[in-house]
Amino acid sequence: MYKLLICNSTLSDKLFDPGCLHTSFGIRKEKKDHYTNVPRNANLEKLPKGYLFPEISLRQHQHLEQHPDASLISLGIGDTTEPVPDIVTSRMADFASGLSTLEGYRGYGAEQGNKELRKAIAETFYKDVNVKDSEVFVSDGAQCDIARLQLLLGSRVTASVQDPSFPAGDLDHETGRYHRLEYMKCGPENKFFPDLRRTSSTDVIFFCSPNNPTGHAATRQQLEQLVKFAKDNGSIIVFDSAYATYISDDSPRSIFEIPGAKEVAVEISSFSKFAGFTGVRLGWTVVPSELCFSNGFPVIHDFNRVVCTCFNGASNIAQAGGLACLSSEGVRTRVNYYKENAEILLDALASLNIKAYGGQNAPYVWVHFPGMNSWEVFDMILEKANIITVPGCGFGPGGEEFLRISAFGHRESILEAARRLKALFS
Amino acid sequence: MPLHQYHFNASISSSSSTFLAPPSAFASSSRTQNFSLPLRNSEICRCVATPQEAKTPTAYKTSVSRNANIGKLQAGYLFPEVARRRNAHKEKYPDAQVISLGIGDTTEPIPDVITSSMSKKCQALSTLEGYSGYGAEQGEKSLRAAIRSTFYADLGINDDDIFVSDGAKCDISRLQVVFGSDVTMAVQDPSYPAYVDSSVIMGQTGQFQKDVEKYANIEYMNCTPVNGFFPDLSKSARTDIIFFCSPNNPTGAAATREQLTRLVQFAKDNGSIIVYDSAYAMYMSDDNPRSIFEIPGAREVAIETSSFSKYAGFTGVRLGWTVVPKELLFSDGFPVARDFNRVVCTCFNGASNIAQAGGLACLSPEGLKAMREVIGFYKENTEIIVDTFNSLGFKVYGGRNAPYVWVHFPGRSSWEVFAEILEKTHVVTTPGSGFGPGGEGFVRVSAFGHRANVLEACKRFRQLYK
Repeated sequence: MYKLLICNSTLSDKLFDPGCLHTSFGIRKEKKDHYTNVPRNANLEKLPKGYLFPEISLRQHQHLEQHPDASLISLGIGDTTEPVPDIVTSRMADFASGLSTLEGYRGYGAEQGNKELRKAIAETFYKDVNVKDSEVFVSDGAQCDIARLQLLLGSRVTASVQDPSFPAGDLDHETGRYHRLEYMKCGPENKFFPDLRRTSSTDVIFFCSPNNPTGHAATRQQLEQLVKFAKDNGSIIVFDSAYATYISDDSPRSIFEIPGAKEVAVEISSFSKFAGFTGVRLGWTVVPSELCFSNGFPVIHDFNRVVCTCFNGASNIAQAGGLACLSSEGVRTRVNYYKENAEILLDALASLNIKAYGGQNAPYVWVHFPGMNSWEVFDMILEKANIITVPGCGFGPGGEEFLRISAFGHRESILEAARRLKALFS
Repeated sequence: MPLHQYHFNASISSSSSTFLAPPSAFASSSRTQNFSLPLRNSEICRCVATPQEAKTPTAYKTSVSRNANIGKLQAGYLFPEVARRRNAHKEKYPDAQVISLGIGDTTEPIPDVITSSMSKKCQALSTLEGYSGYGAEQGEKSLRAAIRSTFYADLGINDDDIFVSDGAKCDISRLQVVFGSDVTMAVQDPSYPAYVDSSVIMGQTGQFQKDVEKYANIEYMNCTPVNGFFPDLSKSARTDIIFFCSPNNPTGAAATREQLTRLVQFAKDNGSIIVYDSAYAMYMSDDNPRSIFEIPGAREVAIETSSFSKYAGFTGVRLGWTVVPKELLFSDGFPVARDFNRVVCTCFNGASNIAQAGGLACLSPEGLKAMREVIGFYKENTEIIVDTFNSLGFKVYGGRNAPYVWVHFPGRSSWEVFAEILEKTHVVTTPGSGFGPGGEGFVRVSAFGHRANVLEACKRFRQLYK
């Protein structure tokens, strides 16, 4: 989600399309090339050890070269696959057509988002926690908002992230975005919640729940601890709730369900995974007016300034779609569909006595292969079952020995994948 | 020069519009509806400096320091400020027919050929074959190819030098993220406020110097009638980055081939990178370069950014692009495009696929023809406005190559002229000083508007200034 580093190459079902790999780039060392005198940004200088998804693309490509007839099932990248409900797309289509009429034409929208949409978001997701419309900022997606939050906070802040999380890897060396980056280990041994007594204090705490990649939804008690920890340390929690609609039990859907959270947290979310808007681009961020910097200055004021200066609003067509989503039940069915997919995968793994986590509150299944190297497991499953997954180490050292299997996919693909896994591991 | 100060408006000002209700479910509203924003004063709004501390003490504060860079900004971003004034004025005069020639917002419907392709894309998203999820962050291949062949044919630019975006304003900030805080930058003065403001946020500048109304550490390249709106490069200090917009917002000036050749040479001699904003290129009437890459050697020194906003009426739809040639290298030889690609992949997730479908239709032969018609319409508006101010004896600039008319009010404060015009004619313009101290004494009149409104506005100008 916060892809500080990792390129999300387009893994189309058919062809390897490494959007991020520019093999045509080489650094020309010929003397006649003009070098400007502009120094490269030191923060971007160190390349990562290997982008996760382009690396997966590469292995997929190599596999297909060796096995051109392989029927590959992609349960790697977390991309939605099912069509968007009619009720949503027809509203967007009408809005688009309306742009050709005098009454229907719309120019610049408010950078913070369409008023009705902000209201609908507040009412749909935050009704019981009193989030105001004016605290909701509509975006073109969580990833973009995280970058804007970074601009807001500046480069001197320290941050902690869950380990594993998306993205991960050696963020501190690679992006230099954060003055210091802490990793909060989350695994079965600590119920996927960091031991806060062992966690150093940082300015910002990134926390994703339900979690990508582990699928764990933090309990109320865990989030209360987190809020208290933030309060005791004066930290700001950046809470990513993009998968909240996947929650099956009574885990909190929003950080603001926790008393006191408004003084310590912002929440980021997205239409991507519940509306199938991964390509349409729509999300939001909630910045409570109570949240203040150390000098008492409201964070919301500065966030608004960044939004007005560095952004020009989400596409009005996408926003029309968002509004339609929130007024219809149609999107529920898609979430349920993917959750059923996750169940199928969980059942298959359970029948094989393979330990799998997640899958109940998120569209990801986090599978444990104790003692094994996650790239090796990835390779084995690709080689022997023609299934693309994601090696856990790509999400941080805490992901080693794990594999993430995404539950997005057509039902037949999921069923076929389950069959192949059974065949492979039984 | 009087200091402009802005209200710290606790309620967040928004620029405009609400959705029109398609039949039933949603509250319908028209764009001329009054906004229910609380009015701060009953008189014309004065501005007060944005306070550094919260007005009301809160019980709890985090320990996270406020980003000092954002603290350097003097006021809100220019256009929401103009919008705020407009809204306050509407509140004050609910029966007045307020005409907006302030924010450069397109007003005419988008041609059918373009919206129908977007409509189709929306509908396709409901089908198995037509559904698409994540797209390449750099944009759809077909669109990148179409942009190249439409705007950069024979200029040595490849499809993969082109990065599709959700608009030039967003790209400017992404470019700033690429450059980082340790670079120096130059802007034309006056200029589109996003260049300076994003530079401040990024930490490239010093404090705002109230006496000269400039941020320290930015090189302001004065563009005035005296120098033909092209800076005297011999007096310009070297900076790492040079933002250059042509045809220019707000002055409307279009740099000639000779001037751009000098600019490219200047950049080459100084090892600088030009960020060339060509969002208004299609408004050019004169025979000036439409792209910086028409100048030999430009690929080694320049990035070009542009937008569908003002061509296709996509100000709300959100679509633009940035060209980063492979030849553009940092001081260590590292290609700038690689870092831009990195930022695009990590700070962005691509422009909306629906908007991109629209963009492709824009660049079809039918789409281009339709866009040229709409551009022609706005250019006629511009002529009407130019003629009006000329006939009133004003010195008028721009208008020929851009949808902006830059009107000189010598010796007067531009915010005062803005307020006077608003109060007395109910027409919203944009005060020149909002674009930098070089804009003081000028007012920008935008030519986007329904013909009737433009004619009516001009009628009112004639009454006011006869």
